[in-house]
Amino acid sequence: MKYKLLLYIAWNLLTARLRQSIIAGIGVTFGITMFITLMGFMTGLNGLLDGLILNRTPHIRLYNELKASEQQPIEQHPDFSNHLLMQRSIKPVDRGRGLYNGAAALEALKQDPRVFGVAPKTQSQVFYHVGTTDITGLVQGIDPAEEERLYHVSDYIVKGELEGLKRVENGIILGYGIAEKMLADLGDMVQVSSATGEKATLKIVGLYQSGLAEVDNSQSYVSLATAQKLAGQGAGYFTDIQIKLHDLTRAPELAKEFASVYRAQAVDIQTANAQFDTGSSIRNLISYAVSITLLIVAGFGIYNILNMMIYEKMDSIAILKATGFSGRDVQWIFLLLSMIIGLSGGILGLGFGYALSSLIDVLPFETEALPTIKTYPVNFDPVYYFTGVSFALATTWVAGWFPAKKASKIDPVDIIRGK
Amino acid sequence: MSTSQLVLEAKDIRKTFHDPVTVEVLKGVSLEVKKGEFVSIIGKSGCGKSTLLYILSTMDTDYQGSLRLSGETTDNQSPKALAALRNAYIGFVFQFHYLLSEFSVLENVMLPGLKLARKSREELEQHAMERLQMLGIADQAQKKASMLSGGQKQRVAIARALINDPLIVMGDEPTGNLDRKNSDLVFDIFRDLASERGQALLVVTHDMEFAAKTDRIIEMDDGRIIS
Repeated sequence: MKYKLLLYIAWNLLTARLRQSIIAGIGVTFGITMFITLMGFMTGLNGLLDGLILNRTPHIRLYNELKASEQQPIEQHPDFSNHLLMQRSIKPVDRGRGLYNGAAALEALKQDPRVFGVAPKTQSQVFYHVGTTDITGLVQGIDPAEEERLYHVSDYIVKGELEGLKRVENGIILGYGIAEKMLADLGDMVQVSSATGEKATLKIVGLYQSGLAEVDNSQSYVSLATAQKLAGQGAGYFTDIQIKLHDLTRAPELAKEFASVYRAQAVDIQTANAQFDTGSSIRNLISYAVSITLLIVAGFGIYNILNMMIYEKMDSIAILKATGFSGRDVQWIFLLLSMIIGLSGGILGLGFGYALSSLIDVLPFETEALPTIKTYPVNFDPVYYFTGVSFALATTWVAGWFPAKKASKIDPVDIIRGK
Repeated sequence: MSTSQLVLEAKDIRKTFHDPVTVEVLKGVSLEVKKGEFVSIIGKSGCGKSTLLYILSTMDTDYQGSLRLSGETTDNQSPKALAALRNAYIGFVFQFHYLLSEFSVLENVMLPGLKLARKSREELEQHAMERLQMLGIADQAQKKASMLSGGQKQRVAIARALINDPLIVMGDEPTGNLDRKNSDLVFDIFRDLASERGQALLVVTHDMEFAAKTDRIIEMDDGRIIS
């Protein structure tokens, strides 16, 4: 009841000075509009850039690194247990880059409740034969269905389709860069030979462009079976197991666990891509800084207008106090007044922000590097809309606080006797 | 007369201003106002009569002495408690009307009642209309306060002072801005309030003609009551 009355008084004071109030509100509207637009655009762009790398990066990658035997023969001899051992002669044995018992590890990981999905991969170094010369490159044997579910590879396929790998036994999806060099197109055959000497003639079922020139100039996708054949290995041969977790933040601890269980090396996404986080957070910081600056300016506008209003309304404040409104009541009246301006300005700002974001969202944005992107990326995450309104309320609260405090301190006797 | 009939009781009220030089403006003033009494305070300008009124009204809390409103002491109460006391027990009429121009006449009258919140909005509205009726300005109820003439505004201010059925109505030169006709009208209203409704009234004025018609005249000079 009390606040209803104070709100009623605040509302009447506000509507009596409608034009000034609207101007004060426009400041807030502008601030929030820019906040929503900036945040939507910036985070949209961040999402796109992060997606370029992070979406295609497994949360945990299990692989087998070539390294020298940790247990050299001399260390196992009891006579030399207390000696400084310098003779190390056993070089790495090439038992392939394959994971130890890869097929079993894959099955076990699929059953793990913490794991969202697993995609095996068989990589093989190859030469693409072009006329009389060779281009070195990398062939990735993938499980098209799983790869699509977890890493959306088809987003980057600019010609042909991913399913081609399933339909055509010896299909290959060639990197755009290589295809250009080879003057190859869909349906053409390419000659590939692996480091182990295996040769294959593959049919192009698709072209892909990731946006990273380095990758597009060397990589191509084939089915797991083709890659295994190129590596000269059998069906259980995987060089990598890519794991996507339910909870990304647990990647570092789980990477350690999987590494010891499956006797492989494991690298987690945080370690592999630390620099992307930094870039995103700095862009976010800039957006926040700009928006907060705009809101502070709007806050000063409100502060000014309230101060002026209080100066004009000295008499009203005096009589309210004389007839029984306490200092706190008066303070609330002006705070509420400020909050009404903030809330309506803020909500309007959300509307304009949404409209402006939607406009940017349909603006054409075409770039060689990002084949699947046709318009500017905009993030419509409601979190920013909540943050925007909270900002508007917080700013107007602070801007209203000082004038309201001043109003609450007005001594009615001074005003009334001063007449 | 029993003490319960005493609406206002002030004992040995003193007040000193320190700025720019120390001046004692009230040098021990004691007075009582009973229920239904119409009292006027007169005196030369600067004699401290208005200062006294604002102390009695609880708006000025910087004084020595003791003050009781309806038997309850008001000394050393919190500003919030005093605001609540004023709201419930004291009605004010000033020289200037102090109506809120953003609100209609009716809303202006109702505001202190809404603050007191003892009656529903509908009851208050009816109550306020009765007051306006009594003061002959019921037909102006829906107009904005700024549209009224000086005399009408002062009558609205009186209606506002009466909305919470106060123990006492205090006036600081309530007819100071009015012509003779309107001043007489205001006086008649006060007269009726005192005699017919038992309303206590304490009015500071320098209008001798006005004061002469009240029940009791308190004359002040140089911070003291002289008669």
